[in-house]
Amino acid sequence: MRGNASTPIAMLKDALVYAALTAVAFLMVFPFLWMASTSLKTLGEAFEYPPRFLPTSPQWSNYSRLAEAIPMAKFLLNSVKITGLTVIGTLLSCSMAGFALSALNFPGRGALFTTTLATLMVPYQVTLIPVFILCQHLGWKDTHYPLWVPAFMGSAFGVFLLRQFFLAIPRDLYEAAMIDGCTPGGIVFRIYIPLAKPALTTLGVFTFMNSWNDLLNPLIYIDTLDKMPLTAGLSFLQSQYSSDWPMMMAGAMVSILPILAIFVFAQRTFVEGISTSGLKG
Amino acid sequence: MKSSGVASTERFWGLLLSAPYIAGLLVFAVGPILFSWVIGFFAWDSLTPPRFVGFGNWTRLFGDPLFWKALGNTLYFVIGTVPIGIALSMLLAMLANRPLRGIGFFRTLYFTPVVTSTVAVALVWAWFYDPNYGVLNYAIASAFKLAGLKPPSPIPWLADPATAMPAIMLMSVWKGLGYNMVILLAALQGVPRHLYEAAEIDGAGPLMRFRHITIPGVSPVLFFVVTVGVISAFQVFDQVYIMTREGRPADSTLTIVYYLYRHAFSNLELGYASTVGTALFAIIFAATLVQLQLRRHWVHT
Repeated sequence: MRGNASTPIAMLKDALVYAALTAVAFLMVFPFLWMASTSLKTLGEAFEYPPRFLPTSPQWSNYSRLAEAIPMAKFLLNSVKITGLTVIGTLLSCSMAGFALSALNFPGRGALFTTTLATLMVPYQVTLIPVFILCQHLGWKDTHYPLWVPAFMGSAFGVFLLRQFFLAIPRDLYEAAMIDGCTPGGIVFRIYIPLAKPALTTLGVFTFMNSWNDLLNPLIYIDTLDKMPLTAGLSFLQSQYSSDWPMMMAGAMVSILPILAIFVFAQRTFVEGISTSGLKG
Repeated sequence: MKSSGVASTERFWGLLLSAPYIAGLLVFAVGPILFSWVIGFFAWDSLTPPRFVGFGNWTRLFGDPLFWKALGNTLYFVIGTVPIGIALSMLLAMLANRPLRGIGFFRTLYFTPVVTSTVAVALVWAWFYDPNYGVLNYAIASAFKLAGLKPPSPIPWLADPATAMPAIMLMSVWKGLGYNMVILLAALQGVPRHLYEAAEIDGAGPLMRFRHITIPGVSPVLFFVVTVGVISAFQVFDQVYIMTREGRPADSTLTIVYYLYRHAFSNLELGYASTVGTALFAIIFAATLVQLQLRRHWVHT
């Protein structure tokens, strides 16, 4: 707004803004610092009052105790598998259906779009129980299938989002590719998907966060400890060691480090993916 | 001849490309929605055959004080988190909407709670709220001492029915702040700069500019954030599951989704739980309709 922040008042203003931003930043980050600090304390240090901010010497043994208590590496692997498949499945199926709805004329297109809009408004709790019964009948209880297979069959949100984005792509591109002998199937992958990177990013980030952080579905479907993703595993840890705060915090640390690493690495993608969602809606 | 060939190509590919989605929509959305409505009229534990009860589940729902309690708690959560959360996000977004060095760094920090799972952060917040060793009571006691006052007795945050829900709300506002801030910041950056300059020349003060330029400028996005925020607040579950499992203490944190979860998966009352799901849908739908009605009065399109 004011490029010439040279006047004393403007400088004071900037300083106040920085102070406020820093104070809020501290509040946002403190829980993570506390998590890390507690995860390295002895049980005795965790229960000191007034609280001790840093452990006298870092107790890495909390992490090895954690690894002995629960199969943390398996949880991580399960989360990676479930979330990876969910993101790939969602992007693929939603691109295909979104393209068909936006560029192709086929019987039932109008009904399909109307149904998409209608189901968008229904909260997932409505379908939770019938889908649970269905998965039980399919023999999918205590497997990962209910957590990722539906993603390969699209989601109303994703199809709607991509359809809207694809509508803005000039029809000439489609016509030109057809004349060059490309099939509609080829056009989705060679033209529409590469052009839809911003929309795919938004959908990918949302899908990733929802799947990685989902607690309710793993709770319902997974019974065997070895098959749990991080969220359900962490909740199990809490139910077993509810007063061992250092070990619980170690578990929380292990569960958030992968996503934090990805976030730090791709924070622009995350922030841009989310920030434009409001403008699209 | 050629045009009919084009038409049949489109028909073929249209159906082929949307086939997985059509199947998914039928199997995982439309079918279950209809099925959920039907089993709402049955008593069913999934082991023995369903028994038709007519509107029995509905009369049971309306007659269950615990359902009303859960609904009240959920409304309390919605009202206690959405307006405050969005007002704070808006404030933060306005602070960050200046050409300052390192603003990207702050934005990243604010966004960290958004990407981490509610399960993990709820655990550390539960630790904050520990009545005897928690950092929050320590901070409060220290602040009182600093002001020369006698510190209050430790507050049993999650163990007292009066403070348990507010404690969960505080954590939820903290977690969602960055999400709304990032969306609102993008909206603020889309408000044409020249409008502010023109208003300034016309002698409009900061408050006037906020009221007549900023708010109308971001109102469509603000509407989006409020609507989505209300819908997701009605569905609160994870925090309760981790911090006050079973809706403790004295059902003061029992929410509708927790109530549904308990009846469906602990009691195996699938028919009754489906009725709860339908009720939740009706409530969210009504809340969204109210907001769409109100939109006319404040959203600038």
